[in-house]
Amino acid sequence: MPAAYMRPGSGSFTEFLASAEPHLLPPGSGARPSVDATAVPHGTTIVAVTCEQGVVMAGDRRATMGNIIAQRDIEKVFVADSHSAIGIAGTAGLAVEMVRLFRLELEHYEKIEGVRLSLDGKANRLATMIRGNLGAAMQGLAVVPLFAGVEHDGGGNRYDEDPARRGRIFSYDVTGGRYEEHDYYAVGSGSTFARSALKKRYDASSDLPGAVRTAVEALYDAADDDSATGGPDLTRRIYPVVVAVTADGAVRWTDDEVGVVVEAMVAGRMVNPGG
Amino acid sequence: MPTIYASPEQFMRDRSEYARKGIARGRSVVVTLYEGGVLFVAENLSPALHKVSEIYDRIGFAAAGRYNEFENLRTAGIRLADVRGFSYDRKDVTGRWLANAYAQTIGSIFSEHQKPFEVEICVAEVGLPGQTRASANGGGIGSGDQMYRISYDGSIVEERKFVVMGGATEPVITALNASFQAGWDLPTALRAAVRALGSSGEGAPRELAPTQLEVAVLDRSAPGRTFRRIQGDLLATIVAPAAQPSAPTATQAVTSEPTSAQIPAEPDTTDTEES
Repeated sequence: MPAAYMRPGSGSFTEFLASAEPHLLPPGSGARPSVDATAVPHGTTIVAVTCEQGVVMAGDRRATMGNIIAQRDIEKVFVADSHSAIGIAGTAGLAVEMVRLFRLELEHYEKIEGVRLSLDGKANRLATMIRGNLGAAMQGLAVVPLFAGVEHDGGGNRYDEDPARRGRIFSYDVTGGRYEEHDYYAVGSGSTFARSALKKRYDASSDLPGAVRTAVEALYDAADDDSATGGPDLTRRIYPVVVAVTADGAVRWTDDEVGVVVEAMVAGRMVNPGG
Repeated sequence: MPTIYASPEQFMRDRSEYARKGIARGRSVVVTLYEGGVLFVAENLSPALHKVSEIYDRIGFAAAGRYNEFENLRTAGIRLADVRGFSYDRKDVTGRWLANAYAQTIGSIFSEHQKPFEVEICVAEVGLPGQTRASANGGGIGSGDQMYRISYDGSIVEERKFVVMGGATEPVITALNASFQAGWDLPTALRAAVRALGSSGEGAPRELAPTQLEVAVLDRSAPGRTFRRIQGDLLATIVAPAAQPSAPTATQAVTSEPTSAQIPAEPDTTDTEES
């Protein structure tokens, strides 16, 4: 094993990579040839909605390259660790790599330290990683994630004392600014429409299936008005990716489970296109 | 300063003796295979300073000897595995590869450093469900499970039944040889391991309480990360001296993990209905 691996250090994987294997890290703010931002795939709309049991995150499946649909079944919402989820909008290539690194960062810390990071700790860690991408963002290759989760407290119930803090949502800007959002939020090109839909539909007392329905409806409304957001593709059975985070853990819903919700929603829209 | 000549044989013997003495001072650790995967049982009074740890999805680590030295090796192993998984793929991190890396590192420390490491470690990997060993003569328990014991001098041995490290190993090995059955279930294996650990040390045979034990498994059926600690009530229920020898029904304490969470926080404590 190289000596760097045996050296005492922090539980951060990115910090370790930067010192021991810097070539494996995505290029940071260093010089890079400018890239035509319309020539690389971009991911679009992600929504997150809190509910009684936790928080739900959902994302559409479209990636665009200018006016071209680059991919119709891309996945932009991921389980980050046992109790959190991350969704990404922006330059797909950089974003997917960032998610990979972020998930590993959380896992690595947990394995080295023997405990999980707090939810705020995870959110701050993500902010640092976005800040590292600032140079690329200034050239039009921005990555804008949405992070949501519940506090895992090793069996304790810190969040039970304050139910409003059960499911928490964090949004970011390209400079790494971290903002805690309340109740619901959306990022990406269709976020304006999704947020408007969520504003009218959000119900703080809804249960988990209700929150999934709300999220899927908001994505439908975003796809209705934003060409870069993909609606549910019933012919190919391509549905939004849904991750639900509760005290029991983060679970990605199967396509069949999401399909049932989507079909019920589309049936409703047949009667009332505005929802 | 006069140079004192020591023959290489004498030199190595002294070092071996030094390392062996250090390792024998500690308490023992047992690693064995059971029907659902790999079981780690360590006698450990500290709930915080672990002797057993997760390295990667299907790889676990156990150690005996000097804590700061094996903690250093554990951290290095996690880093090595995470870097490899990040730069290649998660599937490319294997137990054999990691055990070799450890053997080389410990071997070179033994012959080159001022002081050899007073540690003995075990790297175990749980196979995929249905996976069989390609090697001849049957192999482990009809599975891809592997256990490697790496000694203070870097020598590496692949074990097929169990690994015993640290402390006075002879009584533990004798006890396990008598009780080992290929393909035993978790409660049987765990109780046998605890009995075996109690057969060494002062005042043997001793009755080890759950608070004196550190227990973990690599659960073959789990997707993704397979390492689970068994602690608290779940451990007490399994270890508790059974009124009657474990009936065949008293199995699968952790093999039926909750399928809801991708990475469950704790082994599900509800499914231990011991008769």
